[in-house]
Amino acid sequence: MKPRPAPEQPERPGQDGMADVSALLEDSAEELYENAPCGYLSTLMDGTVVKINRTLLNWVGYTRAEVIGRLRFPDLLTVGGKLYHETHVAPLLRMQGELNGIALEIRTVNGSRLPVLVTSVVKTAGDGRQLLVRTTVFDARDRRAYESELLRARHEAEEARRIAERDRERLKSVLGTLQRSLLPPSLPKVPGLEAVAAYHAASQDDLSGDFYDLFALGGERWCFFLGDVCGKGPEAAAVTSLTRATLRAAALHAPEPISMLGTLNTALQERYTGDSSRYCTVIVGILAAERDGFTVTLAGGGHPPALLLCADGRACYVPTTGGMPVGLLPSPSFVVAEARLERGDTLLLYTDGITEARTYSGDGRYGDEALLAFAGRLAPTSAAATIAAATRLIESFGAGVDDDTALLALGVPPT
Amino acid sequence: MSGMEVRIRNNVVVTGQPGAPIVMLAHGFGCDQSLWRLVAPALAEEFQVVLFDYVGSGRSDVSAWREERYASLDGYADDVLDICRELDLRDVVFVGHSVSSMVGVLAAAREPLRFGKLVLLVPSPCYIDEGDYRGGFSAADIDELLDSLESNYLGWSATMAPIIVNAPDRPELGQELTDSFCRTDPAVARVFARTTFLSDNREDLASVKMPTLILECRQDMIAPPEVGAYVHAAIPGSRIVTLDAVGHCPQLSAPEVTAAAIASFARD
Repeated sequence: MKPRPAPEQPERPGQDGMADVSALLEDSAEELYENAPCGYLSTLMDGTVVKINRTLLNWVGYTRAEVIGRLRFPDLLTVGGKLYHETHVAPLLRMQGELNGIALEIRTVNGSRLPVLVTSVVKTAGDGRQLLVRTTVFDARDRRAYESELLRARHEAEEARRIAERDRERLKSVLGTLQRSLLPPSLPKVPGLEAVAAYHAASQDDLSGDFYDLFALGGERWCFFLGDVCGKGPEAAAVTSLTRATLRAAALHAPEPISMLGTLNTALQERYTGDSSRYCTVIVGILAAERDGFTVTLAGGGHPPALLLCADGRACYVPTTGGMPVGLLPSPSFVVAEARLERGDTLLLYTDGITEARTYSGDGRYGDEALLAFAGRLAPTSAAATIAAATRLIESFGAGVDDDTALLALGVPPT
Repeated sequence: MSGMEVRIRNNVVVTGQPGAPIVMLAHGFGCDQSLWRLVAPALAEEFQVVLFDYVGSGRSDVSAWREERYASLDGYADDVLDICRELDLRDVVFVGHSVSSMVGVLAAAREPLRFGKLVLLVPSPCYIDEGDYRGGFSAADIDELLDSLESNYLGWSATMAPIIVNAPDRPELGQELTDSFCRTDPAVARVFARTTFLSDNREDLASVKMPTLILECRQDMIAPPEVGAYVHAAIPGSRIVTLDAVGHCPQLSAPEVTAAAIASFARD
């Protein structure tokens, strides 16, 4: 229900009504000005007070004679208020002729403070000349208390955000350190071979399960592997750590790809039982230096096959497809393949972050065929150029890359 | 940083007579270049006038604001020098209002060839009382000012929020912006206020070697006559003129005499 507006003058007043009317009639404009429920103040453009109502005089505690012509409006404010007045209020009034709801504090004659809200309008002459400033002053104690609460809450929220950001930075740094510990800091020098690796993180906020390694076995032989642990985060990182350590130990014990994968399968099965099953996909390879190149023996455990970029410009997958992920089943089968790396050949291992990247063509993923075509356009090439081109390719996917990608290229320089 | 970026970053506006002596008008704390709007047209009849907003103020590129840089007056002097380099200005008559007068002193000390004369409009090298020196304020007073800024924080957020998102499809917001002078992000204003009122540049005054004019007001609580006299005594060979004006912004309250004083000094 809407409240009905009270008629300014009752048409047919009763006896009580008559009393109301006479009270109204006695409330002159002058009386209203002096005792209005807000302070009124008129100042010259330089701030000198020329008119002030009783309400405001009562608030500040001065007599009229002490104020008129003697004080400027900023003189009635706290020092902070004076500074704010001189740096903000006065210039703004000059420029825009009015100001609304400025929060200031009045300093009363006995030294206490009164929070007020000030609204000012400049009165101008017919020729636009600014004559004086009319100001209303509202007691804002309650409102200021409420605003202080809001400000406090805002400060708390800002502080909480700062802490959250700092914690996030710290976490990022810890994650970065941990992530780097899962990858070799650098690859060893292999005579007659150029080995280059790269790692592209899809997110700074999580640990990836991608890993790779290359290390000497002695006697002109080297072992390498590259894989992807299912899942992300600390759990995946723990599996990655176990996987790397197990593969390295297995390689030194029996440098043969299939048995290395078997050892890893046993270790993962033992460590992660039942519902907590953890597995990875991986390609393990042994490089044996022979003649001018290397013989490569590869074993695949559920991992996308390696790409061979040949000196003659062709590219093909080294068929290790069909092997089972490692750690998933008690007696998995793995697939072995052998390849030759001659002068000018490059072998590329990768994780599925690249093939699973979302694109706008085909079935929406980049896919194996596109990657093979990409390799075909690239060959013949070097390990470094392969990694550089693959990096550009991944970057070109932009937000289409959901997963991390590890890359390892092994190339035999042409001469 | 490319030249165009400096012009946009600092909302640089060049008006007046091409080839004429250059007068650079630098605003102080609390507002932006619009503070010069009553004196710039008069100066533009005779000089080439360069106006700008410090980063964080007015219509500058607020995204370029960094607390580290603008927490010291050197950062503001960097803005001035960036603009001088970009426009390849030399022999500039630099007019600094309030805290900008000290920014001018710092900038001129660093690259003297770019500046010909300094006009220090209502300057104060140090606002806080220290020993025998009377700046007029205590550290507690400055905290109170910061509180005043803070108290007007809520109102600011409400009116400025739509402008900050910078929606080009809503041209009425541009109108709103031109109607609200001197609006500053409270975080920026807080840093500018602290830098302004807590800096002490008394030691830098003696380094001023170029012709310098001090303009003070008859009555100014922020830069009272004693402070004007201090600056005058500290800068060898400086001139001081007391304008018949009250308050801290004579370029608004007494624009004709302010412009005349600047022009006559720049002309000599």
